[in-house]
Amino acid sequence: MSSLDPAALINVLPEILLVVLALMVMGLDLLWPAGRKRDLGLVSAAGMIVVLIASFLWPGDGQPVWGGMIQADLLARLFRILFLVAGILTSLISMDMKGLKQEGEYYAMIIIATMGMGLMATANDFLMLYVAMEMTSITQYLLVGYMRREARSVEAGIKYFLFGAVTSTVMLFGLSFFYGFTGQTNYAGVRMGLFNPAIDTGAVLVALILIAVGFGFKIAAVPFHFWTPDTYEGAPTPVTAFISVASKAAGFAVLFRVLNVVFPVGVPQSEWTNLMETLAIVTMTLGNVLAIPQTNIKRLLAYSSIAQAGYVLIGVAAVSSLGVASALFYLAVYVITNIGAFAGVIAVANRLGSDDIRAFAGLSRRSPYLALMILVAFLSLGGVPPTAGFVGKLFLFQAAVGQGLIRLAVIGVLNVIVGLYYYLMVLKVMYVDRGEEEVEVPVSAPLAWTLAVSAAGVMLLGIFAHPWYNIALRAAAVLFPG
Amino acid sequence: MIPLSWYLIVATALFAIGLYGALSRRNAIAILMGIELMLNAVNINLVAFWRYLTPHRITGQAFAIFVFAVAAAEAAVGLALIISVYRNRDTVDVEKINLLKW
Repeated sequence: MSSLDPAALINVLPEILLVVLALMVMGLDLLWPAGRKRDLGLVSAAGMIVVLIASFLWPGDGQPVWGGMIQADLLARLFRILFLVAGILTSLISMDMKGLKQEGEYYAMIIIATMGMGLMATANDFLMLYVAMEMTSITQYLLVGYMRREARSVEAGIKYFLFGAVTSTVMLFGLSFFYGFTGQTNYAGVRMGLFNPAIDTGAVLVALILIAVGFGFKIAAVPFHFWTPDTYEGAPTPVTAFISVASKAAGFAVLFRVLNVVFPVGVPQSEWTNLMETLAIVTMTLGNVLAIPQTNIKRLLAYSSIAQAGYVLIGVAAVSSLGVASALFYLAVYVITNIGAFAGVIAVANRLGSDDIRAFAGLSRRSPYLALMILVAFLSLGGVPPTAGFVGKLFLFQAAVGQGLIRLAVIGVLNVIVGLYYYLMVLKVMYVDRGEEEVEVPVSAPLAWTLAVSAAGVMLLGIFAHPWYNIALRAAAVLFPG
Repeated sequence: MIPLSWYLIVATALFAIGLYGALSRRNAIAILMGIELMLNAVNINLVAFWRYLTPHRITGQAFAIFVFAVAAAEAAVGLALIISVYRNRDTVDVEKINLLKW
């Protein structure tokens, strides 16, 4: 089957449907009276559920599409499912966020960002990779600065934009050198081209580091994490949730792919492992240590998300199908867990108008169910059994030990202990401390669904981890044939 | 014919100037201009590689055209954000845009 055959388009069916959905949401925004705009969130979520079901019914054959620009293999499809889940839950938690003007273009941008992430995961060509990354980034700059009368939101938007634009351009400079080395932009072509012994390994390493800057921004790894706390604090909370999970997962999706392109030919694997090991150690340690003094819950979750990216980098440093599978599993857990945590933050902030951790004081007496859901999410982030976060971390450390990275695994375990401290501090405020005004926190239906899905997912992935892990293993095998 | 390396040196120099501008300027619009210089350096690279390495296939040229388009979109969004900041804070100096900090 030719890659330009219309039948091959089944492989990009989810992306096509998402474009239709985005246009539909914007159209409905024009037609509906102002009072009904809230329902656009339901349309957006329901539409993405349809896309999710369609991507299960017609998974495609994994053949290259559009002249080899796109290849939706199993790994890419799993990532696409993750992004869709993140998009659905983000639409739901956006519906009742106070101070956010819910309009068609808001949901349309979430849908388009979801599509861009899907294209990032399926991209099979540096050109497609760049366009997909920018499609995701540009919509996210706008989403972060969406509350344009709020000085904080706009400030977060411009910081995110300036940081993102510089890093993505540095990455693009690196990509242009890979084109120069090989005369190709297709992943497979670049991989073959790098076998040429005339290419200097040092030059390839420099180009790879330039590319890693762009990826480092996406996954918020140290030293490209400076935007994270400011952007997370200032952005509308649903957007923070979306960026912290989906954008990060998309960054890892491309990291895995490019790792596959340049190995084992371009750069010696030991150098890559050393680089990733250092990045993982610095990222998780810095994230965890800086999270401890935070008093704003969104900033705390920002540093926590940096630390979580560090854990996932353990799986990247352990270059093996086990490493990629455990990283993929952990990302799935993280997406579900973190959106639940942010849904809890939105519920509390809507009632009390504050993102301060003290606003959570005595929440367990005021709203026991909400407190329980937040408890589950935070315990999973901290890695307490039987939640999914525990199992996910176990798989990651196991993969590191399997590759002989004992030091990395030990530092990882120490970091989990440090992390537990600040997660438990929040829970202590919620369960032990007394608040000044003890008012019940109402939870609207979409928020309640999101919290329930999140908590159920965390327990499900935690207690019945193996079927999911086996799927992740099969997906990771795509990158390591033979 | 001018050797390929001359183009690469020009591109790298332009990239370095752009990066320096983006990192050292405090005016948000000047930072945006630095980013544009960096993007142009990339385009010189792409077109030079295309002309010298694969003149029979248009990959490099196509890539450069996509970079123009994306750069335009990025500049539009960036300027929109800068205008929003100016309306809120009456400044585009990134050191004075400091509500968010720890």
